[in-house]
Amino acid sequence: MEDIRLMKGNEAIAHAAVRYGVDGYFGYPITPQSEVLETLEELMPWETTGMVVLQAESEVAAINMVYGGAATGKAVMTSSSSPGVSLMQEGMSYIAAGELPALVVNVMRGGPGLGTIHPSQADYFQATKGGGHGDYHFIVLAPATVQEMADFVGLGFDLAFKYRTPAMILADGIVGQMMEKVVLPPARPRRTEAEIAEQCPWAVTGRPEWRKPNVMTTLELDSYKMEENNRRYQATYDLIRANEVRYKEYYTDDAEYIFVAFGSIARICLKAIEEAREKGIKVGLVRPVTLWPFPVDVISGLSRKVKGMMVVELNAGQMIEDVRMAVEGRVPVRHYGRLGGIVPNPQEVIEAFEAEFLK
Amino acid sequence: MKEEIIIAGFGGQGVLSMGKILAYAALTDNLEVTWMPSYGPEQRGGTANVTVILSDRPISSPVLDTYDTAVILNQQSLDKFESKIKPGGTLIYDSYGIHRKPERTDIKVFRVDAMEATFDMKNSKTYNMIVLGALLKIRGIVPVESVMEGLRKVLPERHHHLLGLNRDAIVKGMELV
Repeated sequence: MEDIRLMKGNEAIAHAAVRYGVDGYFGYPITPQSEVLETLEELMPWETTGMVVLQAESEVAAINMVYGGAATGKAVMTSSSSPGVSLMQEGMSYIAAGELPALVVNVMRGGPGLGTIHPSQADYFQATKGGGHGDYHFIVLAPATVQEMADFVGLGFDLAFKYRTPAMILADGIVGQMMEKVVLPPARPRRTEAEIAEQCPWAVTGRPEWRKPNVMTTLELDSYKMEENNRRYQATYDLIRANEVRYKEYYTDDAEYIFVAFGSIARICLKAIEEAREKGIKVGLVRPVTLWPFPVDVISGLSRKVKGMMVVELNAGQMIEDVRMAVEGRVPVRHYGRLGGIVPNPQEVIEAFEAEFLK
Repeated sequence: MKEEIIIAGFGGQGVLSMGKILAYAALTDNLEVTWMPSYGPEQRGGTANVTVILSDRPISSPVLDTYDTAVILNQQSLDKFESKIKPGGTLIYDSYGIHRKPERTDIKVFRVDAMEATFDMKNSKTYNMIVLGALLKIRGIVPVESVMEGLRKVLPERHHHLLGLNRDAIVKGMELV
């Protein structure tokens, strides 16, 4: 029988990291994701898999440890919440520029500033549009369940290594703090030095006699060469856009209106939709699983069939910009958001929808 | 089968643990379950609450606006959640510290004097298990054996000698109804 466990989303991330064979976690505690570091400390993986778990002196230090670890071809990660992730943006830009695989987890809380500790999705722009300086992207995965919190650790690393580009799990305080059933991924050993040397020929691992040194730098003072570098990044991003879009559709077949929501808010919308359908209102849901690359085609396609779209987010209107670009003005796109850490309930969501479209 | 429950009271009354034990019991019974706490500074001295949903089908939203059953352990929580119980739903409350009684007439109301019962048990820490016993008697959502299995998972092994006391407290709570 499958080993079904009950745990918080944050705990699931920690368990999944050890089981994936992650080499190093570097982080600094911040609510609502401190359980990631706490659970790793409890699991003591340095005694079993040899995984390093280190509480850094700050988020800035943590992301630079990730940068260094990733440059050696190791599977390394960090996790934080909104203000902490803001501190990491410089390092994240460097990791993207270095074309390094790494995983950053952001369990979002209400901002701006130090804000609240309650759930938010107000870092959507930061996560999907770059965040730090320069033209770069992280692959951004948005989990809605504790199971996805566990699964996206492996998926994030797999994609990061496949494309040599960093990935992010963009969660919120709800899915971080809630407990749910989860089947943890099978445990596997960490990669050996020989495997890393074979799979990551670019890695800075100490130079063998037979090859030139691998140098990891993001500085390129020759602008023509820097443009070439940028072209290469963009080619990778085009490949990711073509191959890695992920989303889930619910009740879209006969829908007259479509909700678009990500993360745990999609689940609140789903309950609202089920209640609305009992009243005969034909609504459906698209839940982007990858926020970057954004599921443009499915939303564009649905916008040719439906009367309108309702974007629900824990922010003042961020993902709605991507939805509107996909819809290209074909139907009205409206927004409902709660701010600063407040979570709407299903009733509130359906009332907002009715006020926008049915009255 | 689907039961949407809110458990609300003061931080320190064991509200979150009670929800957790219920969630583990649901796991034992192969039910789907979500456990969503109010988290944050309000847990210190202020009110704490947890939403627990048990269902034999996949659960959509872990956040609710109305509840089948509310377990209410202080006045603030009664004020906040009485109006959010579905018509025909169940309110279980401890009269200790409650100065305004429930007013709804379209729900089933059960008063459970669990705080008083802790004096009989001579152990105030049994409080949440007494309340849980009452909930199980009234709603019968999961069998007591599943709850005991849940307790075995929640309690660290060094506390397993307390399992008997917890069972006594659950039985006590059932008798109070």
